[in-house]
Amino acid sequence: MIPPQIWRPLGILLAILLIYLGVRSFFVPATFYQYGHFRGNSLATIASRPVQYAGKKACMDCHDTIGEKPYHSKHKTVSCETCHGPSLGHVEDPSQLPSLKPTNKEWCARCHEANNARPKTFPQVVIARHYPDKDCMICHNSKKLEKKP
Amino acid sequence: MAPNINPAMMEALQHVKGYIFPNELELQWGILIVIYPYLTGLVAGAFILASLNRVFHIRQIEPIYRLSLLTALAFLVIAPLPLLFHLGHPERALEVIITPHLTSPMAMFGFVYAWYLMVVLLLEIWYDFRADIVGFSKTKTGWLGMVYRILTLGFMDTSEKSLAVDDKMGRIITIIGIPSAILLHGYVGFIFGSIKANPWWGTVLMPVIFIFSAIVSGIALMLVLYVVTGRARNTPIKTECMDAMGKFLFYALVFDFALESLDWFHRFYEAEESIDILVLLVSGKLLFSLVGVQLILGTLIPLTTLGLTQVLEIPKKPRKIMYFWSAILILIGIFAVRWNVVIGGQLFSKSFAGFTTYKPDLIGRESLLVGSILLIMPFIILWVLTRFLPPWRGVGKEISHSS
Amino acid sequence: MNQFSNLFSRRQFMRLVMKSMALLAFLQTGVLFWFVRKSRAATSLPEGYNPKDHKWCMSIDVRKCIGCGRCAAACKMENHVPPEPYYFRTWVERYEVHGTDEPIITSPNGGIDGFPPQNSSEEFEKSFYVPKLCNHCETSPCTQVCPTGATFVSPDGVVMIDYDYCIGCRFCIQACPFGCRFFNPETQTADKCNLCYHRITQGLLPACVEVCPVGARQFGDLKDPESKIHAFLAENQVDVLKPQLRTHPKVYYAGLDKAVK
Repeated sequence: MIPPQIWRPLGILLAILLIYLGVRSFFVPATFYQYGHFRGNSLATIASRPVQYAGKKACMDCHDTIGEKPYHSKHKTVSCETCHGPSLGHVEDPSQLPSLKPTNKEWCARCHEANNARPKTFPQVVIARHYPDKDCMICHNSKKLEKKP
Repeated sequence: MAPNINPAMMEALQHVKGYIFPNELELQWGILIVIYPYLTGLVAGAFILASLNRVFHIRQIEPIYRLSLLTALAFLVIAPLPLLFHLGHPERALEVIITPHLTSPMAMFGFVYAWYLMVVLLLEIWYDFRADIVGFSKTKTGWLGMVYRILTLGFMDTSEKSLAVDDKMGRIITIIGIPSAILLHGYVGFIFGSIKANPWWGTVLMPVIFIFSAIVSGIALMLVLYVVTGRARNTPIKTECMDAMGKFLFYALVFDFALESLDWFHRFYEAEESIDILVLLVSGKLLFSLVGVQLILGTLIPLTTLGLTQVLEIPKKPRKIMYFWSAILILIGIFAVRWNVVIGGQLFSKSFAGFTTYKPDLIGRESLLVGSILLIMPFIILWVLTRFLPPWRGVGKEISHSS
Repeated sequence: MNQFSNLFSRRQFMRLVMKSMALLAFLQTGVLFWFVRKSRAATSLPEGYNPKDHKWCMSIDVRKCIGCGRCAAACKMENHVPPEPYYFRTWVERYEVHGTDEPIITSPNGGIDGFPPQNSSEEFEKSFYVPKLCNHCETSPCTQVCPTGATFVSPDGVVMIDYDYCIGCRFCIQACPFGCRFFNPETQTADKCNLCYHRITQGLLPACVEVCPVGARQFGDLKDPESKIHAFLAENQVDVLKPQLRTHPKVYYAGLDKAVK
């Protein structure tokens, strides 16, 4: 016969263990272990977050001839939203304009300011020495410069 | 995008040296995570000291045996609090035991803690104090009496035979308890030691260093508590108990220092990728806390002082004073060890090319104020426990474990 | 004072224990049920998307990057990353190297506002930009240490965080060797790049790849024989970050210099 001073405390501990094991599975989230040690449902939750950038394909659905315009022809390989900002709103409701239409010098300089760290083949100028009083778009958005960059 | 800029963080941005990955500006584990291993270390150390008496029959430590168990319990109860305060979602904390990810040492925390609390510490205390509990259940009235009666679990026998069973069970649990205590604090060391991304943490020696610094801090704590409680209760402080604790403290410190030195020697010798940034760390941001507090104040001075007590014939009174102050310095030093590991490991960037800064808040969730409260609370709980279950002999039935 | 050998009979005692355990369990149940078992109304993955058909990865050609920072800016907008300059899912670094000296590395606001022009009085023989992001490691150390299973590698190879499950212990942030994780102050959970999972499951590109003007960043599917990643891997000298840590990153760099951290 096991004396009470042994089986009572050990019994309580065993009871706690059994209650834990019994109750635990009730609280494991429903989709846990579906793909692995995580809530399977979380993939769907994360995948249903709202999209902000529509993607170039969406722009091209309507604006397929944009590549013929002087400025845009040189930036054909660039995604529209790189400059025009996240524009899913515009795709869904065209009356809502894209978030950005940058035309100022700082915007162009962001990519085209001469910088040692940029690849040598990338078109870049020292903006301060390249017609500093003129806006980039005066020359670079007209047919005048078709043969130059 | 008008941000809710935190001015303290923007200030910190100005103090970055070299290059850090942009996300590394803010330290993730702060003062609360320094306090947590300090507390569990004291738990493990106090218990191991108690086991020296119980299992290895070091008779001289008998006077603080029961106090050590209560100390371990007081600190263990507070230990999860810094973690809970630190979590982003403490209300989800139970997920760690509902869906524990078994590859994570942190997931094992829930089980190791529960095991240690329930199967080792609470059971051990119950067996050791049962005779007293039965005694109190008969004499105390009201709510308090009810608590004692529940604690007896309905078993009121305090005959010699019954007490012998208590003693035997206590001994078995202590034997199980020693590896459990090592596991309790060793896994904390493994949490750091397992991180290959961080060379200050990710070393095989980390769990071992944690365990031995825990033992050192636990013995030091009990030495201090023995003196403090002795003075408070106006009872004599037994020299042979102090001598025994002083001796074990000394040898534990020697071994701990040897381990830390090995770690350093090994790092310098191997001189692998991270050595440059780590040398900058130790000679710069960690100079005061590592060389000043941890090494000189917390290790070398106590080592010398304790060493002198072992080697020279020093009269009782100054010897006790040397033990006491060495213990205080060691307690400060071991806190610095935790600080240097936790904070030090995050001050340098994983790019090995720069440093960030850390200034704990004065008030707030993760702050010096909360940290201080968490460090004081175990003593308050210990005080309450000693009123509830007086560890000193002469109150309940006398039980000697030294036979 | 009477000496009882047993205050309760065994049956009474067991009943008392069972009742108190049941009460405790019931109380805990109430707390847990509210927080843990939140099964949301069924959201499902987009029609026809099977995670097991894909193994997403990314390639970065360092030789093409111009450091414009459009990728980092787009990421913050697409994913509602907190705007402060110390929370980034992706960022761009600039390296300025002289010979074999230690490089000077900068990343002002992650590159979102661009980089200041080179300091021309310094002689840097070599400088270049390196975009960084989560490497979506195959044997990721960050998912290994998560105590709850809140961060994981999805069947399609994306390392993600379940924001409704993460307890915010920050162990994963410590375990990441690349510094790509941060603690999101709004969700109070860990956060990081998830390859714009909400976009790629619909056939769109991740925001950073979409807006890169020079095509330095490319998105790929290792399980898709028509993906451009295969040509990239075959035609370039490819490296990954910190290969000695054996995390098997799935972001492949071409043109990576020894100076890159």
